[in-house]
Amino acid sequence: MRAWRLWVPLLLFAGFLGLAAYQLTQPKNDFVKSTMVGKPVPYFQLRPAHPDLPGLASADLADGQPRLLNIWASWCLPCIAEAPQLEKLRREGANIVGVAIRDRPEDVARFLAQHGNPYSAIGADDLNEVSIGIGASGVPETFVIDGEGRIVHQHIGDVRASDVPVLLEKLREAGA
Amino acid sequence: MRRLALPLLALLVAFPLTAQQSLPPAPYAYRQLEDPAQEAAAQELMETLRCLKCQSQSIADSDAPMAGDMRHQVRIRIAASEEPEAIRRWLTERYGEYVSYKPEVSATTWPLFAIPLVLLLTAGAILLRRLGKRT
Repeated sequence: MRAWRLWVPLLLFAGFLGLAAYQLTQPKNDFVKSTMVGKPVPYFQLRPAHPDLPGLASADLADGQPRLLNIWASWCLPCIAEAPQLEKLRREGANIVGVAIRDRPEDVARFLAQHGNPYSAIGADDLNEVSIGIGASGVPETFVIDGEGRIVHQHIGDVRASDVPVLLEKLREAGA
Repeated sequence: MRRLALPLLALLVAFPLTAQQSLPPAPYAYRQLEDPAQEAAAQELMETLRCLKCQSQSIADSDAPMAGDMRHQVRIRIAASEEPEAIRRWLTERYGEYVSYKPEVSATTWPLFAIPLVLLLTAGAILLRRLGKRT
């Protein structure tokens, strides 16, 4: 009986402990990425969420112009945090359309009056169907849609200052 | 006072919820389907779908608004006589395999099924050799 073989189980166990320790130190990633990136936006047709702005339909997204599709809500706190960044994106020339989740027109109007309006259109989604259709798992999320209505990029969570150039670059790649 | 305690407690729980969203949840988030057989099929499927907001729960267990929206989708699709597995596919198309709790052999999960088999065979082989030596 060779002595080294006695050490094999212990080494295996040590390897297992090492793997577990490594995994425990890795930051937890809660994001569920959409697997719809690269595919066309699924069909939807939403009524206007604000009296002065048009509603939104998936057909509007295939008119040749790339857009940012922002899923948000007036009751969502991170959406307040990202409002100035969306405004910056709009000033840089991005066409931003919104989908408001379970929102009353008066709440949407109050939010836009308070935090500014970066949107060219906002659809009201009372059933959260667009989110599930597009693979979003919460608010806010921002999708880059190319001129043919295809999803080319997903941003999960609020848009921070450092994300603005990334989104602009993705829009440029999509042909803006 | 005792009679009031429960409603008051319920209010405490309800206020943060109403502050969170201004409109009621999707119709079939908390309402069962009228047909018991369809509801049973929907329930069975919902228990094997992951809530994306509270990722250790199924959408049947979770009170997250997102889970309610997914239950609504499952129920209306079951009511429209869609197959449960077709609905599961529809969701995995959007969120990947992570959304499903149903164990399935795939390019990433096959070691989970293969390793126990290999271990069992190895243990069996060692045992056979040891016992064979003794006799």
